[in-house]
Amino acid sequence: MTHSLVEFFKPHILPLLYALVIVLVLPLIAGYVVLLERKVMADMQVRLGPMRVGPHGLLQPIADALKLLLKEDIIPENADLWIFWLAPVLSVTAAMLAMAALPFGPAFQIADLNIGLLFILGISSMGIFGIVLGGWASNSHYSLLGALRSSAQLVSYETAAGMALVSALLLAGTLSMHGIVELQAQQGMWFVFEAPIAFFIYLVASIAETNRAPFDLPEAESELVAGYMTEYSGFRWALYFLAEYANMIVVGSIATTLFLGGWLRPFPNVPALDFLDYVPILLMLLTAGYCFWRAPRQPVKVQKMFLAAVGGLCILLAAILAAPVFGVPYFSKAALHGAFWFLLKVFLYIYVFMWLRFTFPRYRFDQLMKLGWHFMIPVAIVNVMGIGLALVLNRQFHWGLAPALLVMNVGVLLVAAWLAWVGERYETPVVGGA
Amino acid sequence: MGDARTTASPNIETTVLGADEIIINMGPQHPSTHGVLRVKLKLDGEKVVGSECIIGYLHRGVEKIAEHRNYQQFAPYVDRMDYVAAVSNGLGYCEAVEKLMGAEAPPRARVIRTILTELQRIASHLLWLGTHALDIGALTPIFYCFREREEILKIFEKYCGARLTTHAFRIGGLQYEAYDEMEKEVERFCKDLEHKIDEYEALLTENRIWVGRTKGIGVLTAQEAMDLGATGPVLRASGVKWDVRKAMPYAAYDQYKFEIPTGQNGDTYDRYIVRIQEMRQSRRICLQAIQNIPSGPIMARIGKVLKPPPGEVYHSIEAPKGELGYYIVSDGTTQPYRVRIRPPSFVNLQAFDRMVRGHLVADVVAIIGTIDIVLGEVDR
Repeated sequence: MTHSLVEFFKPHILPLLYALVIVLVLPLIAGYVVLLERKVMADMQVRLGPMRVGPHGLLQPIADALKLLLKEDIIPENADLWIFWLAPVLSVTAAMLAMAALPFGPAFQIADLNIGLLFILGISSMGIFGIVLGGWASNSHYSLLGALRSSAQLVSYETAAGMALVSALLLAGTLSMHGIVELQAQQGMWFVFEAPIAFFIYLVASIAETNRAPFDLPEAESELVAGYMTEYSGFRWALYFLAEYANMIVVGSIATTLFLGGWLRPFPNVPALDFLDYVPILLMLLTAGYCFWRAPRQPVKVQKMFLAAVGGLCILLAAILAAPVFGVPYFSKAALHGAFWFLLKVFLYIYVFMWLRFTFPRYRFDQLMKLGWHFMIPVAIVNVMGIGLALVLNRQFHWGLAPALLVMNVGVLLVAAWLAWVGERYETPVVGGA
Repeated sequence: MGDARTTASPNIETTVLGADEIIINMGPQHPSTHGVLRVKLKLDGEKVVGSECIIGYLHRGVEKIAEHRNYQQFAPYVDRMDYVAAVSNGLGYCEAVEKLMGAEAPPRARVIRTILTELQRIASHLLWLGTHALDIGALTPIFYCFREREEILKIFEKYCGARLTTHAFRIGGLQYEAYDEMEKEVERFCKDLEHKIDEYEALLTENRIWVGRTKGIGVLTAQEAMDLGATGPVLRASGVKWDVRKAMPYAAYDQYKFEIPTGQNGDTYDRYIVRIQEMRQSRRICLQAIQNIPSGPIMARIGKVLKPPPGEVYHSIEAPKGELGYYIVSDGTTQPYRVRIRPPSFVNLQAFDRMVRGHLVADVVAIIGTIDIVLGEVDR
């Protein structure tokens, strides 16, 4: 009896462990993504960013989380209590559930579903309910406007993003996240080079989907105060915040898996470039060196110790990453290096989000919709047809995949240019005027 | 859209709401109403069909206070009206009282006044540019703008010890002599500023999103602008070449060469371009002025106790936000009988309703920004 129970649970232990790690670590990672964002923003805006809590503000996320937990929880008088309570939970649940099917490396995946991508898309679309319901339940005009904007925006850009993903799926021929990466490994080519337009469309659409600037209209602080989050405070607000950053990680992971080769290192099939395997180790060692160099220069003893500890952690990580290279048993190179490359790509993707946010002004709602429906969606559809045609040309007429894709991508680019030209030319006259 | 601008009643309180219309309150606590402006908006979806500005949250009774202070005592109060352009306020007041007394500041004082006032114009426009861009969602320019504004404030601090509410000038001239390095510092700042303005323009001027957000937004024709009494960049962007510095020169402006930038369309984009150009012109004036600062006294002989002869005077200057006028009535005592101030922000704010009709909520924010109001001045 006990034996059979153990037998039954055995294959589920590892996934359960991963799930636990994700649920526990995700808030921390999200907190550090926020810190990273503030630091990147500070760097672009000629200032320092958080510097007070911990050396270079490294403990800021923890302080922020504590503050948010201890804050008074205000519920507006005429709010729809249950929905008000449910909405942020829904948002965060959707974002976390989507992580179940993400392959953070060849070995780190909770479940390799055969409909992985479909599952992720479906679940992350549920997040919109959290926003709409939250905006409705707050019983405030600003929240309502924010929620309406948000739902309209999500629906429009989900279409474009979905079409972009379909292009990659045509190339991969499978919905399993694991399978998609493995196909890229076989071809020795990331899909971003085979379908660059699809990647670009997904990049823009995913920014809009996660409500990030320049498409952050639902929470445009200078217009709608905070959009659907206006009436939320304390922990509930933190949940929304967590959901937003978790969603960023999710879309970053989707893009990494589908277009950027998942956990593969650059040029996975070129043996001459095997030295790239040392890059993760060197990067960690460099970070550690920097920490040790800076540690004695910190003004306070705690800060010195903390920075030294961070350096030590980096050394440890470098050692773990180095173990498989030197043939230590039980350390799988594919798993460890895979996770490193995957996270690196996700963070680069998120960095692009931040970079755009601090460079551009915000779109207006009608402009956003126009961009979505008049440009992104048509181009995405044409792109899907182009990729499909390229595959047919390859299979039936033996053009070879590369030339067929090249011709089709150029064709789609021409269509996109034509669409942009038409959009300029027949622009609807601007509202207002005498 | 043309309908919405003409048919809706201006008083939104008395209008019956349609089935899909809502009224929302923007302010007095709202991230982008530049202080404590409260705007009531009647919305059809997100389209504005009516608006009403509610002001007075920052009313301090400045004009009434003037009646109970003597002329010198009142001078620091004017700094607290348009607190981002305190030097310009002070200049207007000092010159008005000098005009009332028939006195005139010595040439050296007038040139130094011009330099400081033009620096203040640049500082005010920088603050405007930063916050306006922030309202439209560009998070970065404000920090660049504050970096340069800081240099100007440092010059003010070295000159008179204060950074914001400076009280830099006195009736009859100046209290402080220019400090030793002032010409050099102003020159260095002005030379740097050229590239810095290019930097802001690189971020915004040809940015598609910025152009899309500002072109055709809040259009004010030349006739409308004049009817509403708009002045300053708001008027000039509509194509009216009116600048008090040229039309009725004061301080030392008649000695310097500069142009009055104007726009054609009177939209938010043109107002942006006009203000950017004005910064370049102010820089030009400063560079000319420091070449040749006359020597001599900095204070006219007007005596310690000011008793202007009975009478009245109106004097206006071109403040960064438009025509700033002082109307002072004297009854021959040491205290003014009445001081009436014509603040440019207050008058320009009248154009707000005209500008927002038919636009979207997002444009309301852009339009509040483009009028460049300071609530301390609107409410006094």
